[in-house]
Amino acid sequence: MHISLLAWRGFRYGKWALVLGLVSIALYLSQGGSAAQPPNGGTWQGYVLGTIGALLIVWLSVLGVRKRRYSSTLGTVQGWTSAHVYLGAVLLVVATLHSAAQVGWNVHTLAYALMCAVIFSGFYGLYVYIHLPGRLAANNAGKDRDAWLEELGELDSTIRDTVEACDAELQAMALSALDLTALGGSSWRQLTARDHSRIILPGQSKPVGNAEQGVIVKALSERIPDARKQSQAEVLNELLALFGRRRVILNLLRREIRLRGLIRVWLFVHIPLTVALLVALLIHIFSVFIYW
Amino acid sequence: MSKRYHIAVVGAGPAGLSAAGRAAHYDREAGASEPSYILLEGFNTFAKTIQKYQKGKHVMDEPGFLDLRSEVGFTAGKREEILGVWEEALAAGINIRYDSEVVGIEGEKGNFRLKLGSGDAVEAEHIVFSIGTQGNPRALGVPGDAESDFVRYTLDDPEDFKGETIVVIGAGDAAIENAIALSDYNKVYIVNRRNEFSRAKDGNLNAVLAAINDKNRPFYCRYESGVARLEMPAAPGAAGAIVLNTPSGEERIECHRIIARLGTVPPRKFVESCGIVITSDNPEAVPDVDRHYQSNVPGLYIIGALGGYPLIKQAMNQGYDVVEFIHGKDTKPADYPLLQDQFSGLPYVMDAEDVLDLYQQRVPMFRRMNPLAFRELIIESRIIVSLPPAELARAPQGGERSTAFVAAGEPLYRHGEFSTTFYTLVEGEVQLQLEQDGPWHTIKPGQFFGEMSLISGRPRQGDAVVSQDAILIETPRRIMVKLMNSNKEVSSGIDRVFIMRALQAAFRPQLSLAELGDIAGRVETCQFKAGQVLFSEGEEGDCLHLIRSGTVMLTRGGANLVVNQNHSGELVGQMALMGAPRRRDTATAAVRTETILIRRPEFLALVGSQPDHVATLQGRLSDVLRKSNRMASQPQAARAIGFLMGEGLGEATNALVIDETLCVGCDNCEKACAETHNGISRLDREAGASLAGLHVPISCRHCELPHCMKDCPPDAIRRSANGEVFISDSCIGCGNCETNCPYNAIKLSYAAPKKPGLLSWLLLGSGSGPGEPEHFTPSAAAKDAGKKAVKCDACMGRKGGPACVRACPTGAAVRLSPEQFGELVEGH
Repeated sequence: MHISLLAWRGFRYGKWALVLGLVSIALYLSQGGSAAQPPNGGTWQGYVLGTIGALLIVWLSVLGVRKRRYSSTLGTVQGWTSAHVYLGAVLLVVATLHSAAQVGWNVHTLAYALMCAVIFSGFYGLYVYIHLPGRLAANNAGKDRDAWLEELGELDSTIRDTVEACDAELQAMALSALDLTALGGSSWRQLTARDHSRIILPGQSKPVGNAEQGVIVKALSERIPDARKQSQAEVLNELLALFGRRRVILNLLRREIRLRGLIRVWLFVHIPLTVALLVALLIHIFSVFIYW
Repeated sequence: MSKRYHIAVVGAGPAGLSAAGRAAHYDREAGASEPSYILLEGFNTFAKTIQKYQKGKHVMDEPGFLDLRSEVGFTAGKREEILGVWEEALAAGINIRYDSEVVGIEGEKGNFRLKLGSGDAVEAEHIVFSIGTQGNPRALGVPGDAESDFVRYTLDDPEDFKGETIVVIGAGDAAIENAIALSDYNKVYIVNRRNEFSRAKDGNLNAVLAAINDKNRPFYCRYESGVARLEMPAAPGAAGAIVLNTPSGEERIECHRIIARLGTVPPRKFVESCGIVITSDNPEAVPDVDRHYQSNVPGLYIIGALGGYPLIKQAMNQGYDVVEFIHGKDTKPADYPLLQDQFSGLPYVMDAEDVLDLYQQRVPMFRRMNPLAFRELIIESRIIVSLPPAELARAPQGGERSTAFVAAGEPLYRHGEFSTTFYTLVEGEVQLQLEQDGPWHTIKPGQFFGEMSLISGRPRQGDAVVSQDAILIETPRRIMVKLMNSNKEVSSGIDRVFIMRALQAAFRPQLSLAELGDIAGRVETCQFKAGQVLFSEGEEGDCLHLIRSGTVMLTRGGANLVVNQNHSGELVGQMALMGAPRRRDTATAAVRTETILIRRPEFLALVGSQPDHVATLQGRLSDVLRKSNRMASQPQAARAIGFLMGEGLGEATNALVIDETLCVGCDNCEKACAETHNGISRLDREAGASLAGLHVPISCRHCELPHCMKDCPPDAIRRSANGEVFISDSCIGCGNCETNCPYNAIKLSYAAPKKPGLLSWLLLGSGSGPGEPEHFTPSAAAKDAGKKAVKCDACMGRKGGPACVRACPTGAAVRLSPEQFGELVEGH
């Protein structure tokens, strides 16, 4: 029922890409091996490969348009994406054969390099699309981000209520741990998912690191054996459990933010590079015809 | 001696105002110095249901096909404009008396005595009831409890009050919602007569408990408390006080305002106390009236919502007409031209009123209906005439409401179509199948068909082929449901035929109609709520269930392992009668379900008459057993089906299910939905439950028996032949469907701004681009037009199918029907 984009219609475009790759190799090999005209972009086979490559590049970038043509009945977006992946991959073969490994410090090689960068960023994107959604689903355990944030909010208000029974020092510490909890932040922090939470220790004014809620958990666990009354120990135990749960949810949310970020961030490389590639490709074609 | 009037109109809603307006017209004509009528209103203002609407609400004037006939004006517009017009009409001279609740009626036609709440009485020759069905708000029952600035029974806008102390009385949803909203800016006490909030919806229950426990919110609760007395404020705007009876004695709370939300007193008891008979126990039932709106009590007329007409325009027309009738005028009702149009294509020339009488006599089921109800049924129905195919092309093409022509010998509907209309044959013949490729049955004049779809909500089973020169009445589902709710004889008649035909379809017995009818009378109809158990694993069974409507799931060795799901028309538990009596599975209703319970003697009588069919039944049983066995060996898949059933997909016909292991969260599905549906997405991908990689987002499932269709005043929610449930343009934005949908799949929304062309967005930066934005600010015009209900229409009529599925780049989104659930989870 649910078919991944690679297996779409029995790997239809995988087969197309395979055929196109083999045809390209055959074309390449059919070039005469004479010293005057070694395989290159200027033979008729080279022109054919170059034309195929250029058309492919243009067509591959049209996915961005098709995706936004919401009323279009020209295939489905999944079909287009499946074709995009396979034909994008075979473009590497087509274009490399077109270039015949003739590289230099010029606009032609720039176009080739940009194309490779786009394709490899696409490979990374494909990897991310295939592997991360499952991990995200497993991480979120059937609830969405809002539901987890809500649970975190409830947990925090329970902690605020519970800590009122404690001494002022611990209270201040626990509340600062809540207030100085870091979640999300800059793109880099979202992607690395490092815990930058902090806490203000008694008698100090500068906050210190409280990664994994470690400082507050340590403080609580040290106080439990010292508690004078049983009721006090119970409150501390309760707080310890609450902060433990808090750590679990915070970690889960950090992973969620990281995974969602990873699923998205590669497009910020893939798309601008594609635009640059289209410009370079245009210059490449023009210059080839001018210097014919 | 109290004054005696010709007509007393009770209730100053649209119907009552219109009736009083017409009576005033007659007084003016006669040059009467004293009014001959009185309009009695129990409240201190007119049209209180409409007054209660939020400010600026757009009030519609459906049905569009009916013209207004009233002395009092009414066209679609803002609440304030409409109330303004009515206020002018009242000021122009309508004899209205406020705060005069009628509490009892004595006497008879020509000599009625209406007792008022104040102890006064009014005498009248005729009484017109136009009190609606909403009822009056329940009062506090202590001195000073009349509606005032200090004591209020409604709350328009919580933000009208800031920095006050407000006491909210009541523990229902309205009280909780008001109290929580008020506590944003005020100190609020909520007074609950009981020791818990048991009447509230879950969401409100959690919210009120959270608010009470929230230390930062000035929100307090007094449990097991009642109102002892009120201390009215000394001057307007000053604080008064309320004294409560609490378990620990009296407590005085100084407050600026009291909001009492104690529910309403439904008018039924009062109506019955006046001698009016309501035959059905159904809470939605309304009393019977004749063609002139007269109830079973001579001289006592009922119009408007209480007479079964909830729309403003219909009610106002009735107000006009009823006064005409009382004055002895045989005015043709405003809907007479509609009837004429409907009957225009009949092969005989006859006055529309006579055709109406004739048809009512022809159909036994309709004979016992009251003429007004039958008239409404016909007006809401379509008259169909069959012609030979050659003549069909020459048939006159009338409007949407005139006689419809169909080709004789062609199917009226085909197997698998989702139409839910009900057909009554007046003349000619219809050949009917009860299942796909099943045997043909002949329907004769006076008989009906189509009850299967009406009751079970399933698509049509088998074809119906109409003969030449047949005349049929095709009635929409909503009208039939209303009729069945209020008329016991009609509902039991339809029910009996339904059972007979269901038995015929399931067992194909070779029995005479009398024998079959006898069996139909002996089987039992059972109703189950979602989660209720039909039978349990391990017990000895002696009966089987034939599902009338809903879905039954079979679980084995644990509640979440669903090994099979059965839909309407299918048998459950037949093993007990066809094999071993010990139940191997537990059968639970996945959604509200109705079944026909068949015991051994009836079963033997049914199958014994047709031994050939036994082999078919046995074959089907083997299939079922094989399927359950396969499912039982895959606990993962069985649990996934259990999850889907728990999400209510048992009653779905077309549900969106997302594979979380494929979904990259791009929301292209939502964007595609919005782009193809006037800028508003009808699905919320991220919301909704998930289990083991399957995610059921919030979006319409196109239920078998859609909850949303239940009470839609303009009948705007329809089902297409392909099964899509959609909302038509006649939506009045009342929000009933939003409330009734258990899956939050309907929302009320202003129209979204129109999208600019791609180039003007790209080059001139006007408006929003493709797939943007998620939120928008409605234009002034959109706000003026008011919110309308929006929901998924499964992209009906759109080439290539649902946009959400077509726009998914990774194949995570699919739409499927319950039959495909097995395939879905097994592939997972």
